[in-house]
Amino acid sequence: MFDFGIVTNWINDLLVGCMPVWAATLIECVIIGVLILLAYTVLALFYILYERKLCAWFQCRLGPMRVGPWGLLQVFADMFKILIKELISLKGTDKFLFKLAPYIIITSSVVMLACLPWGRGLQIIDYNIGIFFILAVSSVGVLGILLAGWSSNNKYTLIGAMRSGAQMISYELSLGLALMSIVVLAGTMNINELVAQQERCWFIFQGWLPAVVAFVIYVIAATAETNRGPFDLPEAEHELTAGYHTEYSGIHFGFFYLAEYLNLFIVSGIASLMFLGGWMPFHIAGLDCFNMVMNWIPGPIWFLAKAFFISYVIIWFKWTFPRVRIDQMLALEWKYMMPFALVNLIVMAVFVAFGWTF
Amino acid sequence: MNLLLEISNGDLAVTATLTGIGLVFAALLIAKLISPKSYSVKKGETYECGIPTRGESMIQFKSGYYIFAILFLLFDVETVFLYPWATIMRSLGPSGLLCVAIFMFILILGLAYAWRKGALKWQ
Repeated sequence: MFDFGIVTNWINDLLVGCMPVWAATLIECVIIGVLILLAYTVLALFYILYERKLCAWFQCRLGPMRVGPWGLLQVFADMFKILIKELISLKGTDKFLFKLAPYIIITSSVVMLACLPWGRGLQIIDYNIGIFFILAVSSVGVLGILLAGWSSNNKYTLIGAMRSGAQMISYELSLGLALMSIVVLAGTMNINELVAQQERCWFIFQGWLPAVVAFVIYVIAATAETNRGPFDLPEAEHELTAGYHTEYSGIHFGFFYLAEYLNLFIVSGIASLMFLGGWMPFHIAGLDCFNMVMNWIPGPIWFLAKAFFISYVIIWFKWTFPRVRIDQMLALEWKYMMPFALVNLIVMAVFVAFGWTF
Repeated sequence: MNLLLEISNGDLAVTATLTGIGLVFAALLIAKLISPKSYSVKKGETYECGIPTRGESMIQFKSGYYIFAILFLLFDVETVFLYPWATIMRSLGPSGLLCVAIFMFILILGLAYAWRKGALKWQ
């Protein structure tokens, strides 16, 4: 596997060689910022097209086809349109909180994006408590939604925000417990080490049944975490107009839209890193020739392909299952998924303690 | 294995945060520059669902969610406790596993109690 650390070290040496260290650090920080922005925008644009095309195909339509070849330029047109829309300032809103909410939501998703390694050495923030840090930052996003709902001076946004808050904090538990069973299996929280341990065999295969159960719990919880699919109650349009972002207009609304798609990528990326081996190729023990071929495919492509596959499954949920009711949703979490996740964690710990893992 | 070895993780986290703030700020600035501006009394009113709004919205309202919030607090702190254990589970061995199993049993008992009391029922 190619180590991107070589490239970054080379850039670092080059910069340090011709200027003082603080200036080099500053320039590197700016480069990192630009890279994050680029990744963020490209991913958001890609995901909007991805979702629109998939949703069209699930409904036997073609999706956007007019703007550009095969509708590829449609997303650019959409982004431009949303930029030139007027930002309406409403009376009766809490102006400060109203404007603060998009900052919180976007910032939390940008920080999470910066934590995901795309390949060997291709990572920005690398804490030794990586996965825990991501979970902590993801909880901050809830605040933005609650603020948006509260400050809008609108009953429906308030109800939508409350629903969203209850849903996101509830499903965060089973999400955390499902990821914890993988931490038990790996014995580390550092994402790079987690991925490195999957070189021989991905965690979903290494952990036998408990890992598969954890994966299923994770995918369901992640769907709810991103307010998507059958769990999109916060924006149930037939009862709440559009949920917590009803009163936002123009690019203000666009920020919520962006963050939603980026969160979809982030939860899929975490699933790809924790369960499906991240940027590690698919290996079958014994088949050396097959493994060699798999090693030819670069790491970032493996990571992105797995992430897009999980996103595909989550989008598939959305167009397949009818929306659940709020009491059904909370019952599903508290009466089924959480106890299941707890028991699953113990089973995983027993498996690891007795060495029954693959 | 950092992207750039000289910069600490804290600085990188700050960079990412500033990038997020910068993204929102820049997009808002562009939108302010190129979007039209007009004012009318009707436009400044809350949209809500299309018909005129009644009464105040920022009120104390009874939500059925606060019990879930309290339960969440309980189990989230538990998750925070369990993560360090999960990391060093292998070196703790069976005795650590037993301790955590007892801890979890008590927690599940708490959940069962809340369930029995009807806290998980939607009202």
